[in-house]
This record gives sequence, C-alpha cells and structure tokens, in this order.
Amino acid sequence: MNSEILNIPLNDYKTTVESLKNEGFEMMMDLTVVDWFRKKEPRFEIVVQFLSTSHNKRKTLKTFVNDEDLSISSITDIYPSANFYEREAFDMFGIIFENHPDLTRILMPDDWVGHPLRKNYGSGRIPVQFKNAPKVD
Amino acid sequence: MKDYKVKKSKLSNFKNKLDFWATNSEEGGWNISSTDEGSQKMLENENEEQIKIQTGTEVLDDFVIDEETSDDERMIVNMGPQHPSTHGVLRLQAELEGEVVRRVKPIIGYLHTGMEKTGEELNYFQGPTNTTRMDYLSPLFNELVFSLTTEKLIGIEVPERAKTIRILMTELNRISSHLVALATGGMDIGALSMMIFGFRERELILNFFEKTTGLRMNHNFIRPGGVAADLPDGWQKDVQEILKVIPEKLQDYDDMLLDNPIWKGRLQNVGILTTEECFAYGITGPSLRASGYSWDLRKSQPYSGIEKFDFEIPVLNEGDVFARWRVKVLEIFESLKIVEQSMHNMPKGPYKIQDKKITPPPRKRLDESMEALIHHFKIYTEGFKVPEGDAYVAIESPRGELGCYIVSDGSSKPYRMHVRGPSFCNLQALPVIMTDSPIADAVAAIASLDPVIGDVDR
Repeated sequence: MNSEILNIPLNDYKTTVESLKNEGFEMMMDLTVVDWFRKKEPRFEIVVQFLSTSHNKRKTLKTFVNDEDLSISSITDIYPSANFYEREAFDMFGIIFENHPDLTRILMPDDWVGHPLRKNYGSGRIPVQFKNAPKVD
Repeated sequence: MKDYKVKKSKLSNFKNKLDFWATNSEEGGWNISSTDEGSQKMLENENEEQIKIQTGTEVLDDFVIDEETSDDERMIVNMGPQHPSTHGVLRLQAELEGEVVRRVKPIIGYLHTGMEKTGEELNYFQGPTNTTRMDYLSPLFNELVFSLTTEKLIGIEVPERAKTIRILMTELNRISSHLVALATGGMDIGALSMMIFGFRERELILNFFEKTTGLRMNHNFIRPGGVAADLPDGWQKDVQEILKVIPEKLQDYDDMLLDNPIWKGRLQNVGILTTEECFAYGITGPSLRASGYSWDLRKSQPYSGIEKFDFEIPVLNEGDVFARWRVKVLEIFESLKIVEQSMHNMPKGPYKIQDKKITPPPRKRLDESMEALIHHFKIYTEGFKVPEGDAYVAIESPRGELGCYIVSDGSSKPYRMHVRGPSFCNLQALPVIMTDSPIADAVAAIASLDPVIGDVDR
C-alpha cells in the first residue's frame, strides 16, 4: 500500500493536519523524526503517517524544522494519539512541540542529558558502570 | 560497658557482611543509593488540556463525581513497575478517590534498550535479529514488517512459497500471542486455570516453531528476500495436530468462561472504548474490532499474498473488556482457517529469492566453490546495498497496526529505522479506559489492551 507523500513548509504544518482531519483521515498512525546531520539543511525532518479507514488511504506528511529553535506546533489538540509520539520525538531528538500539554521525557529518565537518536550522539559513549564495581579509567 | 562495645562492633561487622553479600564490595551505603526512584514527574504538573485528553468521552461505566468528597479523600497510588498484572514493567500513577480511579498516568521507559539506535548500526541482513526482540510475543510479525519494508525499498518480490510460509508462520504466531493474552488476562482477573490452559496450548505452537526455526522465541526466521530455511520434513503432521487440538481446547475455554456468571460480571460493561476514542488515540487491532468497527489490514491493505485466503473479520459492538476478550478467541478460529488453507495450498519452489545480491549461497556450495565462499563472506560481512529512499509498511499484528519506517541512504545499513509499535500507541488509551471506574477494574483494563512492554519501550 503506497501512501501519498506531502512535502510541506513548516508554516503550513498545522493547517495541513487540520485539513487532513477534515478530509476523513481519522487516525494519526505514526510520528517520527529523521536526523539529516551534515547531509541536509535544515537538519531535522518530521515524518507523520495518516490513515483513513473510510477511504482506505494513507498519507505521509514531511516537513523540516528550523535549526535555530527546533520547534514545531503540536497536533495533540487535533489528534490526541500524537501525545506519546511527540514526547518520544522530544526525548530522542530534542524537537520542541509548542503547546503540547505535557512535553517531558518518555523513554529516557527525566535527568538524562542529550538526545540519543541524534546522529552525533554516539552509541556506547557512556561506559556502563555497575554499582560499587571497581572504577575503570 | 565492655559488653556494649563488643555488641556494637559485632553489629557493624554484620552490616559489612551484608553489604559484602549484596554487592561483593566492602563499601557501604548501597541500600541508600539504590532507592532513587524514576524521577518522572507526578500528576500535579499536568494542566487541564492533558487531563481532558486523558478523560475521553463519557461512557456507560463512568462513575459520577460525588460533590461531597473533599480533596483529603484523594490520594496518589503507584502501581508497578514490578507488579505481576502490569505485563512487564509498566508503571501507573493513579489518583484515587475512595476506590474510584480519577486520573491515571502510564509511565514507561523501564525496558528501553535503544533498539532503534541499534537498528542503525546493523545492516539489513542483521536487521531482523534486532526487530524480532521488540514485541517478544509476536516476534515473527516484527521480522515480517522489517523484511517487507526492506523489500519495498529494493523493489523485489519474494517467491510464492516464501510468501505462504510467511503467512503460515505469522498466523500461527497470532494464535500463540492471543493464547498468551487470554492466559495472562485470565490470571489477572482470577481465572487461574486459564493461565495454565493458555500456556499449555501455546507450547504446541512453540514446539513447531522450534522445529522450523530452531528457536522458541526471537526466531530471525523471516529475512529480507524470503525465509531462513524451508519447512522441516513432515511439517504437515505437526500443523494437523495444532489444527486438531486448538479448537477442542478453545471449546474448553468457552465451556469454562463464556457463560460463567463471575467472568461475565467481572468483564461486561467494564472499560468501555468507543469507536471515536479508538480513532482519536490511534487504537487498532482487536480493540478497534471489539468496539464495532470492521478494520483489518489483512483485508483492506493485504500483504504477503494474504488476499488469496478465505477468512472473516470478527467484529463485536460492545467495546468492553468482555468484547475484547471474545474477539481474540474468535480471531484464533479465523487464523486456524488461514493456517489450514496455507497448509493445503503450499506452493512448490524456492523459499528464498534467487537474487545473488541478496541471498547467500547454500551451505553445500561453500565446500566446493571458491566463488561461493567469497560471495558468502561478502554478504555476511558487508551485507547488501539498498537504494536511497524511504518506505513505510504496515501489517496487522496481534495487537494492531505494526508499522516500520526505514530511511536508506544507499548504504548497507538503514539510515533511520523506526518501528510503530501497536502497544505503544494503545497504552495511551489506558487513562481513557481507567478513569472514573473502580480500581478493581483497572487490572482487567490493562489485561484487555494486552500491552507488551518490549514493544512499548523498544
């Protein structure tokens, strides 16, 4: 099942989502971010998947956020299912969703520093330290 | 005076021993430092908007707010993360008023292992090993969705036999996953025999999986380009056995539970989810079908040749916990139909795509051909390259829509691999189901959504 891809500017994001809801796309299935570190400008691309069960159609919405403020408006008021996904995107990539009711970390601990799924966040950079084990330099 | 000193030193000696026993180190203070509870914020930080999202629409089972209760009667209770009925390490913060739940916040992340990050470091050939560990009750679906997405990016079609093997295995997996859901759900509510029954029947299917794939869980059987191995000799006999035994046992379950007044009283009109709420919270799978909406990706957006099979979609209108339990039982019957048809119509031919770029040579060839050895080495070390682009593929897992989004930059590893787990999304609806209902129904509500924490936290 191929989904129709819409590349839209950041300013039209919320209005497009609203119009999609009115077109009969009842469900927001997925929201994720792609980090195009040193490959594309601006860096972060938001990818949202919509599903219309009545028309049996899918649509993919893609937009880039500005590098300066990394913020985009939240769509939780239109699709409540975006709640967890936006929190995950904030947690993993540091994207700020304006007017999100509860924008906190969801998978990582609250006091975690950094955003793990960014491309410049190396995996294995934090050595695993077990409790009271002798410290390794 | 002297005696006192001796006693004290003995006591401290004992403490050190305890420390040593617990941590294998003389250093004290382990018991103080180990109590830093997950620092996720409590409910009071939430605003009206968030509460509105959590409450959902008013339904039949809601308790009306009593005007006379004061704030003193409200308290916040933690449930989990180590609680047997939370199906893993789910933690719930519930605000109770008497024994009515007023607000709930699911707190997740206790099983987060960074699988999406790992997915960027494994090549496409190794990818299924990673994704199969996400939803550990339906591992074959995770492998299937990863493979389908990779195949869509490359633009290949697997042979007919591979497709049918995939369908056979995933539908058996759906049965085993639903059996666990019925078993653990029964245990949570108090039907302890159900626990034993469900796991007993699941064993039949797991034995077949072990025979076919070599493992009971985390098979890494479905790979980009086909499946890892052909079905074993005499597999029809095992499938016949499954087809014979499972319906009989399901009849036993029905005899035990379907007209059982306790079971009915405990589940009917509890945890109601309307179709609108399902749409709003992105709930798919059995929970959506139990609230009266016929939607199954196997029918509407078929994958892997499932459109050729003849089966029905069970739909119930009540939307309560009982309906969600019943839909799962009915779905097992439909899956058995598909398994039977795929057994009788298993096509002959290769079980892997005959594309040298993707498929490693058979093991026998390695002993006789140098080129085959080089080819084998290249595929296992470098993997195969996938053209640039991105793709989202969704399939119907036992819990709902399981999607995989892969972005490729032309190399042999995914640039970004994201899995849309159905449990992650379904868990958002937990506050909607649980608010304004008694605390005793909370456990039934969790069990009916059937979340797998491996899929939630990834």
